[in-house]
Amino acid sequence: MERNPLRRQLQMMRKSFFDQGYLDDQFVQLEELQDEANPNFVEEVVTLYYRDSSRLILSIEQALERKPFDFNKLDAYMHQFKGSSSSIGAKKVKAESTLFREYCKSGNKEGCMRCFQQLKKEYATLRKKLEAYFQLARQAGPMETACRPK
Amino acid sequence: MVLGNGASSSSLNMKSGEDKVNSNKNLSVLVVDDDPLIRMLHDMHLKKFGLNPQVVEDGKKAVDLFRIGASFDLILMDKEMPVMNGVEATKELRDMGINSMIVGVTSRGLEIEMQDFMESGLDFCFEKPLTPDMITFLLNELNKKNDDDNND
Repeated sequence: MERNPLRRQLQMMRKSFFDQGYLDDQFVQLEELQDEANPNFVEEVVTLYYRDSSRLILSIEQALERKPFDFNKLDAYMHQFKGSSSSIGAKKVKAESTLFREYCKSGNKEGCMRCFQQLKKEYATLRKKLEAYFQLARQAGPMETACRPK
Repeated sequence: MVLGNGASSSSLNMKSGEDKVNSNKNLSVLVVDDDPLIRMLHDMHLKKFGLNPQVVEDGKKAVDLFRIGASFDLILMDKEMPVMNGVEATKELRDMGINSMIVGVTSRGLEIEMQDFMESGLDFCFEKPLTPDMITFLLNELNKKNDDDNND
């Protein structure tokens, strides 16, 4: 049991991400890649994700405003976005991406637009949560042993 | 993905971490993917196994490396890439007579798409993302392949 109160808080925060379905096992894979030689790996990957995917979000937004609607292009962007989101374990974001692609396949413009709004919400929520998490991790200091609650 | 008969992960884990790293130092790996996030992840995954991959962002760069005389034991090839995609690059490399192990790593999990990719000349095809189990399996297969090559 973690004695350090900040560490305990961090663990609880982390657990809530999984319990509430924000993150999945892919995030755990990232954590397992982090070590003494690469102590900030997870944060680096997440930062890279938000940097790269924000360009995709913008492209999708622009494509949604274009007439006529190009479902194929939208699907292609979203496929890429879904892939990246999967890589960091962004479970809810990934689910919205899947739904968006379904709407593209069935040519449902309304569905795409609604879904995209929801996706952006999830994307922003996760970002805030992860930023708070990394900030707390920095305050809590380096861990001695990695003990991961499942 | 089904593990081959020889790849029992429990017996492979009996090797100490250091042994695992040292025995892989002689293997050369090329990661071909247009997504910088994937490149970063695959690079880190492979480094954990003591490998030091070279990383390029499209199929043409991969082919160019071979044309200038570079060689790799293992190539991890993404399917969807600009300039030259994974299917084209794999066909090109096989036409050049390259018999390195080429493994497709694709985000498109549909069987028909993996089939198409396999037909371009892949040895194996996995769905992203790469996991330690997959790498263990591939390294095992590579060692088997190198043994076969040496026994010819």
